[in-house]
Amino acid sequence: MAAVRTSSEVAFNRIAIAAVLVATLIFLAPIYWIASTAFKPKELAVSVPPTVLFQPEVTPFIRLFTKRVQMQKPVDPQVYEAAPWWEKRIYDGGERVLKVGKDVQLSQYPDRFMNSLIVAVISTVLAVGMGTFTAYGFSRFKIAGEADLLFFILSTRMLPPVVVAIPMFLMYRMVGLNDSHIGLIILYVAFNLSFSVWLMKGFMDEIPKEYEEAALVDGYTRMQAFFKIVLPEAATGIAATAVFCFITAWNEYAFALIMTNRRAQTAPPFIPSQIGSGLPDWTTIAAGTFLFLLPVAIFTFLLRNHLLRGVTFGAIRK
Amino acid sequence: MTQIELRGIEKFFGAVQVIHNLNLAIADNEFIVLLGQSGCGKTTTLRAVAGLETIDKGDILIDGKPVQHLKAADRDIAMVFQSFSLYPHMTVFENVAFPLRATRMSSGEVDKSVREVARVLRITDLLDKRPSALSGGDMQRVAIGRALVRRPKAMLMDEPIGALDAKLREEMRAEIKRLHVKQGSTTIYVTHDQIEAMSLADRIVIMHEGFIQQVGTPDEVYSHPANLFVAQFVGSPVMNIAEARVADQAGAASVTVGEAPAGFEFPHQLLSKLNGHAANGGLTMGIRPEGVLVRHDAAPGYMPVEASIIEPLGSFDIVDLKVGSTMLRARTKAGYVSGPGERVHVRIDPEQAHFFDTASGKSLGVRL
Repeated sequence: MAAVRTSSEVAFNRIAIAAVLVATLIFLAPIYWIASTAFKPKELAVSVPPTVLFQPEVTPFIRLFTKRVQMQKPVDPQVYEAAPWWEKRIYDGGERVLKVGKDVQLSQYPDRFMNSLIVAVISTVLAVGMGTFTAYGFSRFKIAGEADLLFFILSTRMLPPVVVAIPMFLMYRMVGLNDSHIGLIILYVAFNLSFSVWLMKGFMDEIPKEYEEAALVDGYTRMQAFFKIVLPEAATGIAATAVFCFITAWNEYAFALIMTNRRAQTAPPFIPSQIGSGLPDWTTIAAGTFLFLLPVAIFTFLLRNHLLRGVTFGAIRK
Repeated sequence: MTQIELRGIEKFFGAVQVIHNLNLAIADNEFIVLLGQSGCGKTTTLRAVAGLETIDKGDILIDGKPVQHLKAADRDIAMVFQSFSLYPHMTVFENVAFPLRATRMSSGEVDKSVREVARVLRITDLLDKRPSALSGGDMQRVAIGRALVRRPKAMLMDEPIGALDAKLREEMRAEIKRLHVKQGSTTIYVTHDQIEAMSLADRIVIMHEGFIQQVGTPDEVYSHPANLFVAQFVGSPVMNIAEARVADQAGAASVTVGEAPAGFEFPHQLLSKLNGHAANGGLTMGIRPEGVLVRHDAAPGYMPVEASIIEPLGSFDIVDLKVGSTMLRARTKAGYVSGPGERVHVRIDPEQAHFFDTASGKSLGVRL
């Protein structure tokens, strides 16, 4: 639709576009910083003024995935020549890759990353699934004390979760849930469920109940109507809720730090723990952070249409 | 072959009773219209038959079997909703096929049934589209198709064309009538539009505040309204209602409305038919605008009055005539009364007059 616009409206439009560009730059600056550092040679990472143009390299990623030790004396030229290209990058840095026999020793990063994926995906599926059912119940049935119950559900959000971290840790240790995937999953589901219920309730309320009634009259049970009609209609809402729950679980730091240390440790507490030994290797940390950003970025990108529609859902319909 | 019978239905929403002791027997193939204003209980009644609403008392019988404890899915009834309720994530084909997917019908048979219904409803070329791409009329055709495809025992329609614009509504009204004549299934149709009710119904059930006011053919409810509510609800323009006094005047009955100086002349037998009801007051007369006869020149039995407002409606005019303290609306030929203030002569056609008891609103059943 091409509406007639006055010159002042055109000017305002340009200012608005400029403002959006500036905001976008501000938002993207840290991302650029992390991404560029992840591909920088080690010595350029801390150069002042910062280097903008440089020959990108993947050495930080090689370091990220391998266990290495500092070499006391220069590498044997014959060994160097026989090494694959990525191992040479490590020798170039005065280090060697640890091996058991012929097998390269991987760093802990892939394990921690997998832990993050397991915990975030499972907790998101559970929180969104339970939230969807609960929201459907609240939306469609008369429930005694509905408003109070919804308020109680939200009450888990009324204090900073970290407040209960220490008692939770003690209880978890008592029942053996500390440093376990299941323990973190339970925690994250508990955080996200209230959010998921409230968000999904909004979406459920938007779905006309005539859809299900039509299905009920057409010979379906309520359960079948829920799966065949309500779920597809709620897809947008489910996607939006899932993105938010996934981001919360994926990025959670405090509880992961306290509750886990080895087996079930997720990436957020692991990445900064790399700073600890000796001179901080910023490029490797940046590489770990950069990879850590990707799942959320991809997930959000895939669902971006749903997400945008989801966030503005109510506004469009009325 | 489907008969539906409602016996002593009562329904409460909290403390509010929305249906009072409702009894209704619907014959096979009958097209019943529940007519009333919003909140009169007509939709609740329909939903109770569908199984979407529980009832607090009474029986719903389909072919003699009580179904009030059956789930909607087990009643073998189809329903068309005002909001169409087409599933946005399915194509028109899948929407129409949806009720069949609940059965064990093979996909070949489903395909055949859907195409057959689509042909009858002339939606064959829409089958691959999504509901959002359809016009309102087509959406409702699809919704009706979804209801018909299963060949249900009965069709329930909840204001199926209420959301369409006026022209489309008229088209769809004719279409629904055509379908019913062709397919012939027991139908309960809910509407607040009396024209829809008159044109579609075999019998109209007029409801008000949870009570049935009258059940009858369109002609019966129009010509013999059971009470003041029905009299004023059915028919457009609305029937004139006025408190009336009847007097015996030189061998004829004289009916005076609105403190007018003179009365309208009625046959003497009105007095005996009213059987003294007029004497103690509390009599209300109703006359449709077409029963108010208007002429320019004086004639015996005509009363001189002044025209006040004229509403031209194309094929006819509605003229407001000042009779004493009340207004009588008359239907005249277009342009017959030239303008406000014109003096004309008016008479009431005794054969078209209705008499009601003012207190109870009930018709006295007096016709001349």
